[in-house]
Amino acid sequence: MINQNAYLNPKLFDPDIEQVPSRNGYGEGLVLAAEENEQVVALCADLTESTRTQAFAEKFPERFIEIGVAEQNLATVAAGMALGGKVPFISSYATFSPGRNWEQIRTTICYNDVPVKIVGSHAGVTVGPDGATHQALEDMAIMRSLPNMVVISPADTIEARKATLAMAQLAKPCYIRLSRDKTPVITTAQTPFQIGKAEVFYEGKDVAVIATGQMVYRALLSAKEMQMHKISVRVINCHTIKPLDKNTILKAAENCRAVVTVEEHQVTGGLGGAVAELLSQNFPVPLKIIGVQDQFGESGEPNELLEKFGLTKEVIGKAITTVLRMKNR
Amino acid sequence: MTLTAQDIQRLEEKANLIRQAIIKMLLEAGSGHSAGPLGMADIFAALYFHILNHDPAKPDWSERDRLVLSNGHICPVLYASLAHAGYFPLSELLTLRKLGSRLQGHPHRGALPGLETTSGPLGSGLSQAVGMALAGRIDKAKWQVICLMSDGEQDAGNTWEAVMLAGKNKLHNLTALIDRNNIQIDGFTEDIMPLENLRAKYEAFNFHVLEIDGHNMQEIIDAFNGAKAIFEKPTLIIAHTIPGKGVDFMEGKFEWHGKPPNKEEAKLALHELRTLQGKIKSEHQ
Repeated sequence: MINQNAYLNPKLFDPDIEQVPSRNGYGEGLVLAAEENEQVVALCADLTESTRTQAFAEKFPERFIEIGVAEQNLATVAAGMALGGKVPFISSYATFSPGRNWEQIRTTICYNDVPVKIVGSHAGVTVGPDGATHQALEDMAIMRSLPNMVVISPADTIEARKATLAMAQLAKPCYIRLSRDKTPVITTAQTPFQIGKAEVFYEGKDVAVIATGQMVYRALLSAKEMQMHKISVRVINCHTIKPLDKNTILKAAENCRAVVTVEEHQVTGGLGGAVAELLSQNFPVPLKIIGVQDQFGESGEPNELLEKFGLTKEVIGKAITTVLRMKNR
Repeated sequence: MTLTAQDIQRLEEKANLIRQAIIKMLLEAGSGHSAGPLGMADIFAALYFHILNHDPAKPDWSERDRLVLSNGHICPVLYASLAHAGYFPLSELLTLRKLGSRLQGHPHRGALPGLETTSGPLGSGLSQAVGMALAGRIDKAKWQVICLMSDGEQDAGNTWEAVMLAGKNKLHNLTALIDRNNIQIDGFTEDIMPLENLRAKYEAFNFHVLEIDGHNMQEIIDAFNGAKAIFEKPTLIIAHTIPGKGVDFMEGKFEWHGKPPNKEEAKLALHELRTLQGKIKSEHQ
């Protein structure tokens, strides 16, 4: 059942639940962060409206830098501004930043250990008609492997806003991945959010489903359905991929003894990889990793693509019964 | 400010000491780059002992000028200059590239006082300098940003992304310098990837361009002072230098770009430097 202390949207299971893209929450959070701290600046690589940096650019024109289509410059100019005392947010599509400028991020942001905030919009197959070139599915893997980097994948627009504010206050390099498409608003202003702290959204004891990004919603739908089959599922919103909340995940493995992870990302190197690294070395239990199976995406409508790439509540349900069987063998 | 003959001589002596330190460091390290650091010694002496507004006792002084070394592989000249300026003990220079040393093979900010950024991967220094200049301008700060680049890293797209942004934003608090020594690891720059006409290219991107003899102390100082006086745009100084300058058998040879001297070569090099290539008979010190 729903964890009441998570203060989720009371309309969580309504078919007409409100839907908003998580990039919107970033745009709102950026303005709030800038009002809070005058050192916050924003840089964009010719995608100001699409990445929702527009409101900041209009409100703080003297603190906004238009870089043009130059993602390597986006990262390195930001590193220089951070060395000059600023807290830069850099936004583009995730395939380009952190995709195209990985080495610059590694050397000038992470090795320098400066508080640049990398905002990767258009993550996942739900980018839709633009196709595989614009659907980032490797971003968490390439960011997670960098020392000093914090990696955040919010579950909805409200969490994206909170994460943006929290990142601005954290003196570390951060990466946040965002969705282009409208996704269900599952949390509320009261839902707890702390970088590095995963939250139990649904209580259960048979199987733990650890999900990130908009997949948290589908995990919740699946947990509710499983209840009808007398299977008690715990759903954890793992919005911070790095540093991973080891306590919450290990506790879930100890209590449930079977785990499923769900992410709109390649099955290698993302949330599933992080959880597998943790559990295999500390508390091995049956594990299924749901994500994109070492493939590129393609054009289509978001829901068609989620179906095609196996990112549905039905696929989660099947994985739940599989790990349950493995556990009871 | 006019420099007296004594001022010039003092700076040239500093450059000579920096070159000697570079040879000793490279010999001890057993790996590293020789030609580039020697070629830039005069410019580093001018910067750290005359041009830069800095305080070695307070490396984090907020009003300091920022020096970004983009081609991090010539860091022996930076380390030698910082040590001679008083940022850390001269004896530490011989720890270059060794386990646990603050003198990493390529500069790492935070490891050593006086380093403004981490560098080594080419083509990323100018854009960081542009970022610093933008931050300084937002804060209405008086400090200047100086970025030293190699000519080889003009091959990198990231360099030109930064050039465009600096020109667009008319960053007059930024002075860039290209060490135009015409060599890179695989050979001569004009064979690897022709760069000329560099002056025209930078002018097309809204830079004020000066060209100097990178071993003429007066010209070096005039150029940096001249750059400060330009308020409409960023300045680029193209400094023509001789790779390996000061050591006869290294001068102008790209083979010396990426290797250190052995014991015999180092002895010969130090003798040359101490006798100013035979201009004086006996070795000083």
